[in-house]
Amino acid sequence: MAEEVTGSSPPAKSQGRRRGDGIFRSMTTGSSLAIVVSIGLIGLFLLIQAVPSLNANNINFFTSPEWSTGDVGNLRFGIRDLLVVTVLSSLLALAIAMPVAMGIALFLTHYLQPKFARPFAYIIDLLAAVPSIVFGLWGAKVLGPSLEPIATFLNKNLAWIPLFSDGNVSLSGGGNIFTAGIVLSIMILPIITAVSREVFRQTPVMQIEGALALGATRWEMIRTTVLPFGRSGYIAGSMLGLGRALGETVAVLIILRSATSSSTFSFFDGGYTFASKIASAAPEFSEPLSTGAYIAAGLVLFLFTFAVNALARYVAGRGKAKAS
Amino acid sequence: MAKRFDIKDLNIYYGKFHAVNSVNLAVPPRNVTAFIGPSGCGKSTVLRSLNRMHEVIPGARVEGKVLLDGEDIYASNVDPVEVRRTIGMVFQRPNPFPTMSIKDNVVAGLKLAGMKNKRELDEVAERSLRGANLWNEVKDRLDRPGGGLSGGQQQRLCIARAIAVQPDVLLMDEPCSALDPISTLAIEDLITELKKDFTIVIVTHNMQQAARVSDQTAFFNLLGVGQPGQLIEVDDTEKIFSNPSQKATEDYISGRFG
Repeated sequence: MAEEVTGSSPPAKSQGRRRGDGIFRSMTTGSSLAIVVSIGLIGLFLLIQAVPSLNANNINFFTSPEWSTGDVGNLRFGIRDLLVVTVLSSLLALAIAMPVAMGIALFLTHYLQPKFARPFAYIIDLLAAVPSIVFGLWGAKVLGPSLEPIATFLNKNLAWIPLFSDGNVSLSGGGNIFTAGIVLSIMILPIITAVSREVFRQTPVMQIEGALALGATRWEMIRTTVLPFGRSGYIAGSMLGLGRALGETVAVLIILRSATSSSTFSFFDGGYTFASKIASAAPEFSEPLSTGAYIAAGLVLFLFTFAVNALARYVAGRGKAKAS
Repeated sequence: MAKRFDIKDLNIYYGKFHAVNSVNLAVPPRNVTAFIGPSGCGKSTVLRSLNRMHEVIPGARVEGKVLLDGEDIYASNVDPVEVRRTIGMVFQRPNPFPTMSIKDNVVAGLKLAGMKNKRELDEVAERSLRGANLWNEVKDRLDRPGGGLSGGQQQRLCIARAIAVQPDVLLMDEPCSALDPISTLAIEDLITELKKDFTIVIVTHNMQQAARVSDQTAFFNLLGVGQPGQLIEVDDTEKIFSNPSQKATEDYISGRFG
């Protein structure tokens, strides 16, 4: 293809450059197309594999908490609890990580001297390099048990809030959404911090000086200039974090204790997220129909993550339009 | 309102670099003082030291005294935030807050100072916009973002924002350098009006502008590369532009260098 382009261009001198251009263009176009095509194919794969199982399902796929796929003749699977556990743990993670990430990002960009900010930022980025299995082990063996008294306290005193009411697993050991959400919050902290740090850093100096010259304190300056300027980027970064939390598998799998009864919409529930459910069953994927049930769950997670990203784009875009 | 500045033996440093050497200068109230001089001579630095804005740059420090009606703004018990509340500043490029409406931009300083009464804020907004000769152009769109205005209008919006807090002094750092001649003229007219109420210090690269708007002109110069900037002379504007006492000043205003 590249040669065709050069063949049709007469000036001999620029031919080398033109050929390079052509190759480069087909490489970039190819890469972009490959991404779009693979996303489409993944969706298609999930759909094709899931449909037969969905057809054979004997209970409502969306509203049932039950999950039994052992008997291929009587498939009964619903995603309600998977959705509840996934959303609760991810939202808890986001609720913890967002303010902390904002604090770190502001500290790095507008409080700390630049020469210290760089090493500090490296340390935060290093958090992203910790394998999730390590976070899982730490959460299950260290954090979970030590959170037990806090969880017990919250459950005792705030049980009138449904989120803190009795869960479907025992509080001992901390194998619940509460622990998983906190571990997830640490795991998504680096990405939210990194994105926020970049947008906060780019606040125009003119704006900052304008606010300071009006007699703004540092915090007031941040409130009037840095935060409005960085708002859409901060939200977009948080949504990236949320995407990671929704899809996190192994850490959640290790931490959450499996439950015998269905979810009570409490932070002290155990159970499975979409991803951990699929991973837990992976060794037994032999029967196509029962495998298809898990693939259907994967499809929902796929679409859900898509929706979250679309929402993030919408919010970020709206923020930008408002700023200009 | 409208206080005087007495600058005594002011030296400014950026880290180890000695940027401005020993400035002595009196800025009378209700009067326009212009700072002129070549680039890098420290005139903007001196201006920014008058409301402690240079402290935004790490490593910047001053020695000497800057007295605002006799009170040293560098005294150890003085909070720079308070200094900036009473000394307004207008920058080279218009910098309204892009996410705020025109009205919110004007009253931003008052809100920072804790004024909450909506009617009062509306009144000040109108008075300041009238004071900045912008009211008639924006009165129908006070709730629209300030970023939608033209450059000249944005700069007048910034002036309105600065005078809304009734500052003791108004500092202007080349306020017209990013504007077209017509907008420049509008700002210059405005400066002449504002000096009835405010003490104004303006840095400008445009000598005609200094001659048109100022009562007193200070000429800054560099003695050499790497040397600190110096105040060469300060006098009535008329005298500086007709019969300056220093040869360097005469060379500069007549366009002869070196």
